[in-house]
Amino acid sequence: MNSSTLHTTHTLLPLARPSIYWTLADALVLARRQLVQIPRIPEELLFATIQPIMFVFLFRYVFGGAIAVSGTSYVNYLMAGIFAQTVIFGSTNTGIGLATDLQKGLVDRFRSLPMARSAVLTGRTLADLVRSTFVVFVMWMVGLLVGFQPQGNVLSWVAAAGLLLLTSFAFSWISATVGLVVSSVEAAQSAGFIWLFPLTFASSAFVPTQSMPSWLRAFAEHQPVSLIVNAVRGLLLNQPDASTIWQALAWCVGLLVIFIPLAVWAYGRRTAR
Amino acid sequence: MANRPAILAEGLHKHYGKTHALAGLDLVAEQGSVLALLGPNGAGKTTAVRILTTLLRPDSGRAEVAGLDVVKNADALRAHIGLAGQYAAVDENLTGYENLVMFGQLYHLSGSVARQRADQLLADFDLVDAGARTVKTYSGGMRRRLDLAASLIIAPPVLFLDEPTTGLDPRGRLAMWEVIRTLTASGTTALLTTQYLEEADQLADQIADELKAQVGDERIELTLAQGGDLAAAAQALRPYSSGELQVDAERRQLVVPVRHGAHQLVAIVRDLDAAQIPLDDLALRQPTLDDVFLTLTGREASETELPAEIADSQPLVRSTR
Repeated sequence: MNSSTLHTTHTLLPLARPSIYWTLADALVLARRQLVQIPRIPEELLFATIQPIMFVFLFRYVFGGAIAVSGTSYVNYLMAGIFAQTVIFGSTNTGIGLATDLQKGLVDRFRSLPMARSAVLTGRTLADLVRSTFVVFVMWMVGLLVGFQPQGNVLSWVAAAGLLLLTSFAFSWISATVGLVVSSVEAAQSAGFIWLFPLTFASSAFVPTQSMPSWLRAFAEHQPVSLIVNAVRGLLLNQPDASTIWQALAWCVGLLVIFIPLAVWAYGRRTAR
Repeated sequence: MANRPAILAEGLHKHYGKTHALAGLDLVAEQGSVLALLGPNGAGKTTAVRILTTLLRPDSGRAEVAGLDVVKNADALRAHIGLAGQYAAVDENLTGYENLVMFGQLYHLSGSVARQRADQLLADFDLVDAGARTVKTYSGGMRRRLDLAASLIIAPPVLFLDEPTTGLDPRGRLAMWEVIRTLTASGTTALLTTQYLEEADQLADQIADELKAQVGDERIELTLAQGGDLAAAAQALRPYSSGELQVDAERRQLVVPVRHGAHQLVAIVRDLDAAQIPLDDLALRQPTLDDVFLTLTGREASETELPAEIADSQPLVRSTR
């Protein structure tokens, strides 16, 4: 090591910018951190894509024949559920990633820096949103290959994609909170996943809720995943229902309003394990 | 902050549930000095570092770093410190260069300055060739060097090093000591935690003398031959002892703290011979750093994993210059 480390010729003073600038700039630096890693660990994205593809095949060819839906083909009915399940399961990445950063001491370093406190969370949730967009695009292609025929116009498909991405973002913040509260990466993995099973399967994602017993149906028809799936399904099959769409949006916004502050609070008090 | 100490802590307390991680820690480090926090695992060293680097709030007490309060001025303070932790806290899937640029940007340097600084630090820490490789491929020593480089991005006036050599091989440790010496020789104030007395001794060289003064005594260690009467030997040696005799029956060993051991050695051998106690081995030893550790913390320096109940103890604090 030579002395230039300390007797540097550069001015190492921070740039003077308003704090709102740093809230965004720091988040982008950290989103970039996540995104440049994606091509370096291709197997991660590969498995994140293979899992929902298996669900498509499972429901399209194994269970689908036994499930009766009215008004459209089962594959058309199925795809809205697959899209929602894909973004919701994908959101568990956020919490697992944060738990890993905590375990490796990176969060300690970030918290010792003069950076925007929210950036570690917004950076990661934004990067996971980009990743979700890619996976949804792949699933759309897979859907077309197995006979999915979206109805209506491109505008309503874009609206459906927008709602899915908002869902992805909202569930990412829930996942972030879980990842910051539990005590290990392994716990983040199971705790982040386990509650999503009843939420996605006891819903209208894969089967019509009419066949469920009444007590389950009461839950299934009012929980957010069903509302989101129904809204997306309406938009993709040219039967948009304004009330369902508003309720789905309200759920997403409500989750964000609760879980963004909660995650930031959990981040602020958490040090490495 | 002209005349203020670079690090100042008064009566820091921190509880985790029932565990008293810190019970009234006081510290002062003048600018340009090296402060070593010495103690076994669980002594509260890391808790102290976390409070001083704004990661934790103390339950009570106050602390200042670079003249700024660690609670009230936490945001401003972070622009004046560097932290190198127990883990090499860098992103494994980024290259060394990308890590340094990212941390530079998060210190709010402009992109071009952050990139120049990254190049410079890679050169200083002998990582130029590795700079374009992902950190995953680095050795433990290289990761630690990169971690330390990341803590020096803004050439901070106050540097916190939490067990900077834990897990390094002997060569890596020597290299890390050299880097830390260079840094502190050029005026950076450093707070260093370690569980190795040798390390504190190397980097803050008044420590050993100060601690030795508190321990003081030499000791005579003897091992009886097979069948030797330990009790009789202890009886014969008691008049020479300046403190408590240690008896290890299994290894037939006696440790006798003595003053002016060299003068007493002949008399001791004569007494033992007269009492017909045969010896296998006899040696006069100076107090070692490990003895110092043992005495002042009450446990073996060689134990690296210690039970949780010792968390009530306090780290030792010594400063140089």
